[in-house]
Amino acid sequence: MPDTLIFGMEVFLNGLMAGVLYALVALGFVLIYKASGIFNYAQGVMALFAALTLVGIMEGQVPFSHLINAIFGTEVHHFGWHVPALLAILFTMVVMVVLAWAVQRLIFRHLVNQEPIILFMATIGLAYFMEGFGDIMWGADIKKLDVGLPQGINLAIDEATFGLFGYGFFIDNLDLWATGIAVLLVIVLVAFSQYTKQGRAMRAVADDHQAALSVGISLNFIWIMVWSVAGFVALVAGIMWGTKSGVQFSLSLIALKALPVLMLGGFTSIPGAIVGGLIIGVGEKLFEFCFGSGQCFGGIINLGGATENWFAYVLALVFLVFRPQGLFGEKIIERV
Amino acid sequence: MLDATEGYTTADGRKIGGVVMDMRNITLRFGGVEAIKDISFDIREGEIRAIIGPNGAGKSSMLNVISGFYVPQEGEVWFRGEKRPQMKPYQVAQQGIARTFQNIALFEGMSVLDNVMTGRLTQMKAPLWAQAIWKGKAEREEVENREICEKVIDFLEIQSIRKTPVARLPYGLKKRVELARALASEPKLLLLDEPMAGMNVEEKEDMSRFILDVNDEFGTTIALIEHDMGVVMDLSDRVVVMDYGKKIGDGTPDEVRANQDVIDAYLGVSHD
Ligand SMILES: Nc1ncnc2c1ncn2[C@@H]1O[C@H](COP(=O)(O)OP(=O)(O)O)[C@@H](O)[C@H]1O
Ligand SMILES: [Mg+2]
Repeated sequence: MPDTLIFGMEVFLNGLMAGVLYALVALGFVLIYKASGIFNYAQGVMALFAALTLVGIMEGQVPFSHLINAIFGTEVHHFGWHVPALLAILFTMVVMVVLAWAVQRLIFRHLVNQEPIILFMATIGLAYFMEGFGDIMWGADIKKLDVGLPQGINLAIDEATFGLFGYGFFIDNLDLWATGIAVLLVIVLVAFSQYTKQGRAMRAVADDHQAALSVGISLNFIWIMVWSVAGFVALVAGIMWGTKSGVQFSLSLIALKALPVLMLGGFTSIPGAIVGGLIIGVGEKLFEFCFGSGQCFGGIINLGGATENWFAYVLALVFLVFRPQGLFGEKIIERV
Repeated sequence: MLDATEGYTTADGRKIGGVVMDMRNITLRFGGVEAIKDISFDIREGEIRAIIGPNGAGKSSMLNVISGFYVPQEGEVWFRGEKRPQMKPYQVAQQGIARTFQNIALFEGMSVLDNVMTGRLTQMKAPLWAQAIWKGKAEREEVENREICEKVIDFLEIQSIRKTPVARLPYGLKKRVELARALASEPKLLLLDEPMAGMNVEEKEDMSRFILDVNDEFGTTIALIEHDMGVVMDLSDRVVVMDYGKKIGDGTPDEVRANQDVIDAYLGVSHD
């Protein structure tokens, strides 16, 4: 087998796993958009906030310690305990539910029946607020997150591929775990929406608000629930990202990659978010490999790297021109 | 005048009970427009009560007040002998008041069966964890709910489209599915907003038959809005007539038909 193909396969697999993270953030967007028509710009910041909170709780960090110390002249930073990862994840989830409640109660409850653009603006405000709030609460330094997920090269895959191709693939254990967890998460979400009362109510609200009200569903309750579920998805994404590259504020920027993912997959399609995420993940890695660093076709095209920064957006643009409804969206037919 | 608790017997021999829903001096305004002007009327247990009137008379508004979608500026709503505090539409639905809409509000992305099943949502009590492990109470509940829905589906003769996505159905069938969803909740009071609007003669006859059968078979109390005088007269026990937000008649079909104000409203005399 030619080397390029073998290297390409490794790049493909790594792209697939990078795509899982994009897919997770996009999934959070889709959930909220479907249920309430809100395009939640803050989804990425929610992942950051969740990861920050998780680290803070695990490390026994005193929230708002900078503020407290500045006001009272004290020197408190840590409670002096460590919370086990699983318990800390549970606490973080409670925080995300409270956040969901607060967002609904303090913001969107007052914006019922407003134009989508106004709701969108509100989420931009929310994003900046949460970023600042997370900063004040937990501090702006980059934090290490370790919830016990295995990291480093997967030796089994390395050996197996070495036996097959004479070249061992470098696949990170963390990526494998991330993929497994994401798959599990999607299965749980699908089961929840198909088989539970709350899930059915959620689908009903996503479909028609008036009809949902008439069968006794509280929109307010469902919206809080959906924001909580999106908060949970954000937490999972935040854990993976944070473990990989530390919990830092650039996380909220990476989340913008979810935008091209949504343009590919369609804003209302859960399978679309997943497939779109994978395509972007694989696409940008392969494109960088082939044309960014010129390793395919004898290097006829070599753009000199850093294509990962823009590839996703250009691909989304192409899609906007030829298939504006996304891969899975219904065809948009203008009524005249 | 009838007493609130005393019933009466209809011409075709059905026993009608006491007052279930009592609307007292309802006034509803939209900005400067008075959609409902100081209207009182009641609905009795087991009866088919119609609200009729020309377009824009305020009929849908009245139904929306009963179902909690609109909040009247003045007046009181008494349900089953108790004054109802201000409620959200979903709370009204949970009290056992089901409805359909003039412009059909179905879950277009779901199958007919799934739509009908949503009518059971308020009846499902099993907590989330029980549903998660799918045992005991949750499972029993699911089976029971499904049985009730299948019964309703059989009753309304829509078995053949059980699995069809609602979006693909023709208008007449959509109206029937909406009725099925409302019935699935086994309502104490069923509100139908123009159930026969936009239908052809045959579909109208089917729908009339279903409404009568529902009332007959399950004893469901029904309040319905209709535009067409003829249909209403055959169907209902008592009729409220509205015009320009005012109540201009209330009584049996024969009484209403003989009422000069009603005749004028329908012939357009008073509007000139
Ligand atoms: N949501 C609303 N906002 C403003 N005006 C309304 C609203 N609903 C109804 N109206 C007005 O109330 C009046 C009665 O309407 P409606 O109850 O729909 O009449 P009907 O059902 O008898 O045809 C009309 O003038 C209508 O424009
Ligand atoms: Mg109407």
